[in-house]
Amino acid sequence: MLKIGSGAGFSGDRIDPAIELAEKGKLDYLVLECLAERTIALAQKRKKADTAFGYDPLLEKRIRSLLPTLLENNVRLITNMGAANPVGGAKKIIEIAEEMGLRVKVAAVIGDDVLPYILQNRESFEFNPKLSESVPILSANAYLGASAIVPAIETGADVIITGRVADPSLFLAPMIHHFGWSTEDFNLMGKGTVIGHLLECGGQLTGGFFADPGKKDVSGLSHLGFPLAEVQPDGSALLTKLPGTGGALTLRTVKEQLLYEVMDPSSYVTPDVVADFTTVSLKEDGDDRILVTGGGGKEWPSELKASIGYDAGFIGEGEITYAGENAIGRAELAGVIVQERLQNHFEEITVDYIGVTSAHRGSFAYKGRPYEVRLRVAGKTYEREKANWIGEEVEALYTNGPAGGGGARKYFNEVVGIVSTMVPRESVKAELKVMEVKTNGA
Amino acid sequence: MARKLYELAHSRAGDKGDVLMLSLIPYEEGIYEALREQVTADRVKHHLNHIVKGEVTRYEMPNIAALQFVCQGALLGGVTTSPGMDTHGKTLSYALLEMEVDL
Repeated sequence: MLKIGSGAGFSGDRIDPAIELAEKGKLDYLVLECLAERTIALAQKRKKADTAFGYDPLLEKRIRSLLPTLLENNVRLITNMGAANPVGGAKKIIEIAEEMGLRVKVAAVIGDDVLPYILQNRESFEFNPKLSESVPILSANAYLGASAIVPAIETGADVIITGRVADPSLFLAPMIHHFGWSTEDFNLMGKGTVIGHLLECGGQLTGGFFADPGKKDVSGLSHLGFPLAEVQPDGSALLTKLPGTGGALTLRTVKEQLLYEVMDPSSYVTPDVVADFTTVSLKEDGDDRILVTGGGGKEWPSELKASIGYDAGFIGEGEITYAGENAIGRAELAGVIVQERLQNHFEEITVDYIGVTSAHRGSFAYKGRPYEVRLRVAGKTYEREKANWIGEEVEALYTNGPAGGGGARKYFNEVVGIVSTMVPRESVKAELKVMEVKTNGA
Repeated sequence: MARKLYELAHSRAGDKGDVLMLSLIPYEEGIYEALREQVTADRVKHHLNHIVKGEVTRYEMPNIAALQFVCQGALLGGVTTSPGMDTHGKTLSYALLEMEVDL
């Protein structure tokens, strides 16, 4: 049996549940999945500014709070917090360990950065969606699979840090290593991928992003416990969470997560396998215990997916609230005024009425008037100054718009676009860099 | 009797680029067949016509009594460049649950 915990489901995830898992989970491995599609392009920007950076901005905080507990409990860490710079991230971990007087061995998995290859062969790639020739590309990262991570585990490293890898592969790799599975046993690769997919979003398996009071009640969400899996050599697993933690692990929460972000459930493509979720079977085995059996897979795809980050300019936004009688009428007048002031200067101005139309674009609005409405105006541009202008015009509604507008806020953000493409497997070579703190320092 | 899907089923939205995925999971597995008959890809496409610009494909998961709808062109270009409010489309599971079925 192999015990794997899931300690983070996105870059900004909470840290306490991971610490609790490391302390009390009797885990073999803790996995932290922290890398969203655009995160790596933003990280690449930071690396350009300073080559020591480019790893996850929360790496230091996470490692400082987790490393002593992990080492003490003999739990190995696998994480994609390397982002655009796994070697830089590994060096930082070594630095932290030295400072804390801890012995640690860190293996960095590199080779996902295919930017030079993409730039060299730019014309020959089909980008989905299309990317015009003039658009500046910031980053290009191929999705590595479990077979890139297994050699890092084999070094005996306490911490394995990667850049872009397929999320389920972070979990599949320790299964391959522990059980001695052949990476060409696609049935097992498929089963392991199902378990990895279920775990990769942390709390989303254990009642996070699930509760709907009166309909889908979940208790103790303020101390939501993250999931762990007890994996068997045949690729089945028991999913559970620590006793005393909040949340819920039920057939319903697991079903939602099994289908989360899945296109074709019979062909879930990773670098390791084309996994089949249509043969997965779920069974309750007591409170907060779900047995996962079945699932399978076919041979891995001949090409690897790569995410390309590009500079998409800036987005400017402004918001202001109207309340009381005719709130919607005054908000709509404000929207028209700002639109008239800006429309000839932007390709598109988006006007939303928060509380009425902003999330579902006007579909299904309930009858009756909202008591308060927040106007939101947004637009994209390649000029920084122009992006700021949108928020300024919304703010100016204080003295230049309808009666009773309050709480104006303006926002301005850089936009990194992401497109995907396929690259030949041969163009991607995964490598390792291992570093170590051998003696207890200080 | 006309009933909102919200009463009968739950849903989670996911996104990949400009593609929105919506699961539909009945609270009682026994009504999976009825939902399968009534909540077709065409009906979902019609129901979400202000939101989904492209095709809707439905996948059936009898093994867990659930349906999955994959909606193309639904996220104003996708999470990274959308000028919209909910760039991921995470709230859109509840747009699906606004649909009515006869049960």
